[in-house]
This record gives sequence, structure tokens and C-alpha cells, in this order.
Amino acid sequence: MRQWRFEISSRHGFPDVHGQMVLEDIQELGISSVKAVHFTHVFLIEAEFDGEFAQRVGEELLTDTVYQQFEIGRAPLPAGLENATVIEVHLKSGVTDPVARSVVTALQDMGVTPGSVRTARKFVMEGNISTADRDNIVKRVLANDCIEDVIFGSDAEPPSPHTEPYALKITEVPIRDLDDEQLEKLSKDMDMFLNLTEMHTIQNYYKQIGREPRDVELETIAQTWSEHCVHKTLTSSVELDHDGQKVEYKNLLKDTVFKATKDLNRDWCISVFADNAGVVEFDDDSAICFKVETHNHPSALDPYGGAATGIGGVIRDPMGTGLGAKPIANTDIFCFGEPDMELEDVPKGVLHPRRIMKGVVSGVRDYGNRMGIPTVNGAIYFDDRYIANPLVFCGNLGIMPKDKCFGQASKGDYVIVVGGRTGRDGIHGATFSSGQMTHEHEDIFSHAVQIGDAIVEKKVLDVLLQAREQNLYDAITDCGAGGLSSAVGEMGEEIGVSVDLEKVPLKYAGLNYTEIWISEAQERMVISVKPENVEKVTALFASEDVEATVIGQFTGDNQLTLKYDDKEVGQLGMEFLHSGICKPLKKAVWKTKDLSEPKLSEKDNYNDDLLAILSSYNVASKEWVIRQYDHEVQGASVVKPLVGIANDGPGDAAVIKPKFDSNKGTALACGMNPLYGDIDPYWMALSGIDEAIRNIISVGGRPDRIAILDNFCWGDCNKPETMGALVRACQACYDGAMGFEVPFISGKDSLNNEFVCDDGTEIAIPPTLLISAMTLVDDIDKCVTMDVKKPGNLLFAVGLTKNELGGSHFYKVNGKLGANVPTVDISASAQTAKRIYEAIQAGLVRSCHDCSEGGLATALAEMAFAGGFGIDADLRGLAKTDDCVETHAQLFSESNSRYVVEVEPANYDAFAKLMVNTPFGQIGEVVADKRLAISDAKQKKVIDADIDTLKEAWQKPLNW
Amino acid sequence: MKQVKALVLRAAGINCDYESVHALELAGAAADRIHINRVIENTDLLKEYQILLFPGGFSYGDDVAAGKILANQIVHHLSEPLTQFLADGKLMLGICNGFQVLAKTGILPGFADDRAGNKSVTNLTEPAVSVIDNDSGKFEDRWAYLQSESEHCVFIKKGQRIYLPVAHGEGKVVTRDESVLSKLENEDHIAFRYVDADGKVGGFPVNPNGSFNSIAGLTDSTGRVLGLMPHPERFVRRTQHPHWTRLEGDSEADGMIIFNNAVEYVKKTL
Repeated sequence: MRQWRFEISSRHGFPDVHGQMVLEDIQELGISSVKAVHFTHVFLIEAEFDGEFAQRVGEELLTDTVYQQFEIGRAPLPAGLENATVIEVHLKSGVTDPVARSVVTALQDMGVTPGSVRTARKFVMEGNISTADRDNIVKRVLANDCIEDVIFGSDAEPPSPHTEPYALKITEVPIRDLDDEQLEKLSKDMDMFLNLTEMHTIQNYYKQIGREPRDVELETIAQTWSEHCVHKTLTSSVELDHDGQKVEYKNLLKDTVFKATKDLNRDWCISVFADNAGVVEFDDDSAICFKVETHNHPSALDPYGGAATGIGGVIRDPMGTGLGAKPIANTDIFCFGEPDMELEDVPKGVLHPRRIMKGVVSGVRDYGNRMGIPTVNGAIYFDDRYIANPLVFCGNLGIMPKDKCFGQASKGDYVIVVGGRTGRDGIHGATFSSGQMTHEHEDIFSHAVQIGDAIVEKKVLDVLLQAREQNLYDAITDCGAGGLSSAVGEMGEEIGVSVDLEKVPLKYAGLNYTEIWISEAQERMVISVKPENVEKVTALFASEDVEATVIGQFTGDNQLTLKYDDKEVGQLGMEFLHSGICKPLKKAVWKTKDLSEPKLSEKDNYNDDLLAILSSYNVASKEWVIRQYDHEVQGASVVKPLVGIANDGPGDAAVIKPKFDSNKGTALACGMNPLYGDIDPYWMALSGIDEAIRNIISVGGRPDRIAILDNFCWGDCNKPETMGALVRACQACYDGAMGFEVPFISGKDSLNNEFVCDDGTEIAIPPTLLISAMTLVDDIDKCVTMDVKKPGNLLFAVGLTKNELGGSHFYKVNGKLGANVPTVDISASAQTAKRIYEAIQAGLVRSCHDCSEGGLATALAEMAFAGGFGIDADLRGLAKTDDCVETHAQLFSESNSRYVVEVEPANYDAFAKLMVNTPFGQIGEVVADKRLAISDAKQKKVIDADIDTLKEAWQKPLNW
Repeated sequence: MKQVKALVLRAAGINCDYESVHALELAGAAADRIHINRVIENTDLLKEYQILLFPGGFSYGDDVAAGKILANQIVHHLSEPLTQFLADGKLMLGICNGFQVLAKTGILPGFADDRAGNKSVTNLTEPAVSVIDNDSGKFEDRWAYLQSESEHCVFIKKGQRIYLPVAHGEGKVVTRDESVLSKLENEDHIAFRYVDADGKVGGFPVNPNGSFNSIAGLTDSTGRVLGLMPHPERFVRRTQHPHWTRLEGDSEADGMIIFNNAVEYVKKTL
């Protein structure tokens, strides 16, 4: 077949947006030798058509001739640019290329079926560019060598797209006679990430059954027993030495997080910790499910692809819960190194935090937006300890009919895989994400990166919901970490299943049976279908161009049987596979830290501190990120992430109205503060719960229907101190859930977030617990937002302000940590939340804002500039503890359980009556003059600033 | 009174279909979500409907260019029935990706001389208008004021100022050259322009994507085709306004104006 090359570029007079953006990224690297960048799309099409038809393809399909031009063959370099640097970036063979797939479809619409289509990006760079600069640009801006190949110059040929076919070869891996050292070596050589005890368990199993394992069996065991899939650490027995006192847990998670859910035993919890997402009741007919996952390791290597598949993966969780939910909202929380870090300070093998952030945000944006799911909530946290291990938490909320919350595969059902094809992408993702990263990971684990194609997943979703309504399948699960091995293995856990691996549709030839079985290629779901429904199911999927393929059957023999071309290539007992792993005993140590409060002298004026806090990365506006997400698709938004007179203030929680015909809503928020963990992870965790609840309460959410999720991201828990911090956080989860009466309904952990630099130094992330929360809103018309509404209205601070600056942003901007970490008086906090809820329901609240990072002064500043009015505040009205005397403590203490509330003067009495016995006080009023003025106990103005200045300080840092 | 029927066209990657149906239903129409494969299999389906809505989303992932692959599919499979649909006096509404599709099929701008003599309404060669990457180079979701300008567009009365969200990465309306731009202006094809709260045109973010002459939406020579980048179906109830918690009273949601006018027109005319 003839290969046609098409090059498409902007026509003279029209901007070259992609070239311009690349130039900006290059300049951000500090490279000034590049004067201009010209961008060209390249299409390589193998097909039997003639020159005339090629002309039509160029003109009608590939080029928008209004503003673009095309060239068949290689476009000559523009005059005067003969010495320009020419770089082409091609996808490595086998990497998913969604654009190419669409071009195939379009060519078929034109009446031609091509042999192959590939796309590439070509950059022509003007300027006297050194080889070192060129290579730096390629590495940092243009390409990711995990998934892309780069060729230089105008004449170089792109890599061949063709792969070799596969011939069956069954591989045995002798294990029965290995000694300890050899067992450990085997675990390492096969990237199994299993310890010696686990390897012994496997060895004994094969001794018992009297044969050697096949490679695919070991891979299946390694994946099933991976930290990522089985949560060994959190479910282990623990011996904690707490300041010299022994505390024991039989199963850490079951004794803390699970236990709270079990003890609370709420009847509106439909399915907890059992399915791919936690499920709670929404109304008489519907249920809501919620899941948050992390995708940290892949995002470190390929920020764009890692984050995209992170959101793509978590969307499949609600889709694969019960009999499948419709995704209705996304939530994304990220942790990065500070974006202004010098390039030289970035460790080898690590991408610059700014590039990671840009890539992660684009990845989430492109996948979430394409799926048509609004991204309504999020947070970004910066700390240099995330430099090598960025954290990417992606969450999804789905809605489903109450009678579709459970599914069950039965003997005789067929196993059908639907959606994307299987390729070599994402091999060893589950095991890789369970281990520590090093500077060599980039090279070794490039295959663990998965490539997403949102439209395939959207197509799957569109058809699945129809198939669900027609009751065409009995059970469903998503293909996530561990691929088919995990999905099919779990579905068949109770009954046994046999799979014909050669039937799995592949992206390209050459995959062996093990690769097919463990590939984590995206956009695949597995359903179990009764024989009489198979034809209907495949026809329904085909009607919208989605592949659905029978690959096996549930057997009833309690065995996992893998075949290729009718030959058995692996067999494992389900019992051994799912229950054979021995849970370790973990040692944990917690020593209360010996910290002290810094002595900071009082100042006459705190404008500078307030400005510094507002413009610290953690507090600063995230509008640049939020606007890139479609937060309104599906038409359900009620409280958007940005609120206020100019639609740019920081909303506390998102509210959506999932049903067109009901005024009922659901509110969604999160809480996280890793800085407190540097003092005590117990209070960090409780603060996270308190903050998530406060956020939800602030918009009008119900306090009695809050469900929460935990996501633990920790360092190496084989270190007793790190494990001790984890136990402390788990203890807080139990206490918080019980005290607030908020059950955990789902959770996930990602451990070993540590990095070994090439010089041997280790960087561990700070213990990080994300609490995500959701609740019901009975009547969305009663929701409130945080922006002040009208001059003359009164402002109240509700909740007690304590001398708690430990881990605060005020200390952070002054280079201190402190000791007095914010604590939580749980019963008082729950009471306050209830009162605020009642006041909002009674219509007494015009605005309400959670008082958190940056304390009262920051909350007031945000309310003022979001509303476009000034605030006159007086700290004499503040309800505070006796030791909270210093002005900076009153202004910036981050005590939990506090709200700032705006009330119309006419409602003063009604509001005050509702707040009786709750610490609260009038601290000021809204004024027309656009200034934030705060006076201290002696009536001295300690803050007096123009709200536009404050807003600018808050908006500027991340306004990229 | 006769039931107005609307077909909301689905395709791979289209994602604003449910809320578009909802908006049409609020306006009194009966609306069905139908996959393009069903329409291609049986083009007679179109005969049952008076309004054809091309919803927002990312048809085929915006691969090659936004709306391009779907436009290509439509031109190669549905040109004739769509030409008939318009000849029958019926309405087409393209929102966001749907607008991009209308522009890339050539259905918009639909100059009078292009339509003369029963010519096909679609045309892939020498398009006059396109919708391309935002000047900002990225997707953005924000609210914008629109000023209606067209005397003859049936979806809107001239002189109305409405507030709607935009959410797109490729929304910059451009023309092949100056003469096309003047023709759009002179022949009354500009349905909406981006303006500020006071009705004045301006730079970013008033014009969120850098569109030529601040064009936010176009109509064809019949006034029965409207394509616009902003999303009227996302503002059909008061609590979708980005700062509804600050607003007094029960004002109508601006997006409904377009759907109400469409349904009214069909009731009166067809």
C-alpha cells in the first residue's frame, strides 16, 4: 500500500496557537535562543487511493481551509528558515492514537478503508539553538519518552508501525526448589513487589499441588496480592508503641475506619466498602455512589496521560458499581511541589512541578470534559516534599436506580469484555504503583503508563446505561488496576471462571497471553451475561459502534482457568488466589513531637501577612485550573466552584441537582491539611473531617446525611514511624466518624510515595489524608454561597477561636511550624454544624464561609472581594478562649469548627436565638466602601486594605 | 394544539443531549435523543420532527478539529435529507459542538446565493467560516453576555441581551477573508455578538475566544438555522445563574428564550 503524508499548518494571517504555546513553555524553561515555533500536524496514511483522492482527503477532511493549508508529502521549510531546527514527535508503536482512529472512521465515510493511519506533531523552531537546548526542549516540553519517539531533521523516517505476530509459547517458572535469596530475586526480576513471606506462601502452594507455576499464574498472584489491590498495610495487624504504651490492632482498617461505619449502622448506607464505590440513598428511587482514587505514580512519569487515565479510571468505578451508575460529577485534588522551584533543584528522573501541574490539569480537563461529566470540586496543595511524588486524587459521583445497586454473576454466564481494545499499555501498573520510585523508574516502568481515549469510554457508557435498563446483564465491573486479571478474577471469585485469552480483541498483534491478561489498557468493562442475552447485548453495543466480545464463561468449579487457542496456559484455585495471602504484622511507633510555639512580637499592622497568605500557593485562587474544567455540563449545577459578583470567589462546596424533575440536590466537598500532620497526624485527620463537613454545611447541606471517603497517601510504612503516623490518622478517622456520626462509605490508599534520588537521598511525602464528603440538600433553592451580599448586613463568627496557630499559613509565611495544632471538640463542632444548617434552612443566612486556611482574616477577605463590598470588622466581638490574646492569633488562628455568617439586621434576633449556647459573636458588618478593615481589642486598625488589592494578591500567583 | 417534535442528535462523544432534551421539553416540545446511526439507517426518521438539534460535546473527541469528523459523516450520509428538512421550513439549532458541526458541514453560514436553486445545504469544499482554537489556547468555562443582532433569525428577537455560559476550547469564529466577514454583517447572518454587561464589545474575557467581530452565533439566510457557541440549555432555571444567590426575584432563565421562540415558531408556522 502506498503511504501518503499530509502536513497541515496555519494559513498566513491566522495565529499558530499551538506553536505559540510551545514557545511560551520554552521561554518558561529559561531558554531564549528560540525565536519562533511553527507547528504542523502530520498524518501518515497507508491506503490504496490516487493523487486526486489524496487531494480530497487533504482538502475536505484533514484541513480546515478557512485558516489552514496542507501539503501532500513533506512541506518545504519556509524561505529563510533552511537552518531551522526540525523536530517530529511520533507515538511509539502500539500507543493509542485516538485521532488516527477517528480519521479511519472518516475515511470510511468517504468510501475508503485505509491500511493504517498515524499522526505526528512537527515543530520547526527558529533561532540559533544549541543541541543541549534542543534536547532540553524535547525532554521538557515537546515529548514524553515513555510514550513518544522523537526524530530530528526533515529527512528522518518515522518508526515503523508494524508489530510481529505472536506464536504461543507457554513459560514455566520453577519455584519449588528456590532458596530465600533466589525467591527474593525472582520477585524482583518479575517486578512482583512481593516479600519473602509471600513468596514462601506461593512456593508452598506449588509444592502442594505438585508442579511448577506458569508465568501468567505468578503475574496473577502478584497483581491480586499487590498493595494496590489488597491493601495489605491498612488491613494488617499492628503493634503500636505510642509514647511507650502498647496498643494493638488485629486489622487496622477493620478496627478503625470500617468499625465506625459498622457501629453507626446507618440505614441509608446501601453498600459500603464492598463494591467499586460506596452507595447511599438519594431519594425513594435513586442512590448515589461515590469513589475517589489516586493515580500518583503514573502521573509522576506522564502527567498528562497519568491524570487522564486517573479520571478515566475512577469514572469507571461508579459505572462498575452495582449494575452501573451514571456519572454525574468529578472531583480532583492534587498535591505538587511548589511551581517556582529552580530547574537545577529538581532531582534527576523527576519532571518540574510546573510541567507536572500543567500536564495533570490538561489530562483531567481533556478526559473529564470529553466524558461530559462536570468537574465541580477540587483543591490543590503545594509542598516541596511532593516534588517527586505528586498526588493526583480523582473522584467521581454517580447516580443509579435503587433497584440496580447489586449485581451477581452466576454459573453459566458468559464473560463479555466491552469497550476498548487491549494493548501493551499499563502492564504492571498495579504492582508498580505499590512500590517505591527511583530515578530509574522513568526507563523501567514506561510500559506502566496507560493511554486514555475518553470517547471510547463515553460510547461504552452510553450503551451500558441502555443495556442496564433492558436488564441484559447480571453483573459488571471495571477493568482497572490489574486489568482482566483483576476484573474477571474478582467477578469469578465465588464461582470460578474460564477465559479464552486469544478471543480478547487486541489493538495490534504480538501480545502474549500474560500481557493480554494483565494489561491495564483503558476503557474496558467486563459484564456477565446470561446465554440467552448474549446476542442482544452484542447487537446493542454494535449499534453504537462499541465492541463487545465473549471471552469466557463462569464455571462453578472455583478455579481460575486461562486458555489460549484451547490450550491451558494457567490455572489457580480461587480460594488460594483471594484468601491465600498472609497478612503481615506491622510495627508502628508514635512519639509525640517535642515542638514549641515561636515567639512573634505583635505588630501594628498585619496587611502584609494577610497579603502573603492570600498569595501563598495553597490559598491563592485556582481559577486558572477551575475554568479549564467544564463544571456545568449535564445542566445540574447549583453552587458552582466559583461564586460571587464576578463569578470568581472561592466556593466552599459544590451543589448539583442530579434530577431534572426534583429540587433535591447533593453537596460535595473535601478537607485536607498535610501541614498539621507535621505536628500530629491525628489532628490532621480530624481537621480534614471537620473541614469537609464545614464546607458542606456552609452551602446548606444536611448534617445528618453526610457520608465521607478516606484516601490515605503515605510514605514507606515499613518504617515504624511512618506506620505510626498512619495509625494516628486511622484513630482520628474512627473518632471523627463516630463523633460526627458520618460513616465512611469507601476509601483507598496509596503507600510508598517515596523517591530515591540518584545520590541516595530519600524524599518522602508528608502523610496526606484526603477526606471527601457528600450529603443531601433537600431544597436547592435554599443554598447559600460565601460572597457577602449587601452593605448593612451583619457578620458573625460562629465557633470558638483558640490559640491554634500550629501548622497555620500565618506561621508558614513567617517560616515557622509551631506546636498548637488545631484540635477538634467533636461534639461542640457537630452542634455548631447543626445550628448553621438550621439557620440556613430558616432563610436567615445571606452568606456563609468556612473559616479555615489563613484563619478569620483570610475568610473575611475572601467574602469581601467575592461579594464586591467592604467589611468593617472588630475583633472584640470574637468568641475566643482565654489564651487567645495575641492579635495575630485572633486574626490567623486556624481553629476548626468555625463559620463566618452574614445575616440581615432584621434577622438578628432569630439568628441569635438559634445560636444560643454556641460560641458566637458579631464581628462586623458589610460596608459599601471597598475596604477590609479589622480593628483589634484596643480599637486599633490592624488590617486596612482595599479589597481589589487583596483580590489581586489572591489571584495573581496561579493566573498562568 | 399540535405537538412540536424535536430530534436531539447523538453521536460518539456528544454529551449535552439530556439537558438539551430537558430544555426543549420545558419549552413544550417532545424531544427524542437519537443516535446518528439510526438516522443514517433510516433517514425518514427526520420527517417526524420539526426541530433538529445538534447538541454540545466532543463528537469523535474533536479529533482532527472540533466537529470535523461528525460533519464529514453528515455530509457523506445525510446531505439530501437535511437539504429537504430545511426546504420543508423546519428548524436546526447547533449548540457549541453542534455549531462547529454546522459550520464544518457548510450548513452555516448558508448565504442566500449558496442556497439558490435547490442546492445541497452542505458543502465541504471552500468553506467560508470556521470555528477554531480559542486565542487562549485552552478550554474555558465562563459566562458571557450576548447581544442579539439579527432581524430575521427566528430563534431570537433583535436587541435582546442575554447571559449564557460558554464552555469550549475551539470557539473562535473566523472567516476565510474580509469579504466573507462583510457579507456576514451585510446579509444579517450575525445572530449573537459577545458584549459586556452594558452591551459594548471588547477584548478577553468579554469576547472569550477572540472571535472575529465578536461573533458568538450565526444564522443562515432563512433565519431557521442557528448555531452558537454559548449554551442556552445550561440556563433554563434560575439556580443555574452563576450568582443566583445574589439575585432578587424570579427572573426567567435566559436560555429558555431560544427554545421558547423555536417551539412557538413551529406551532405558528408549520
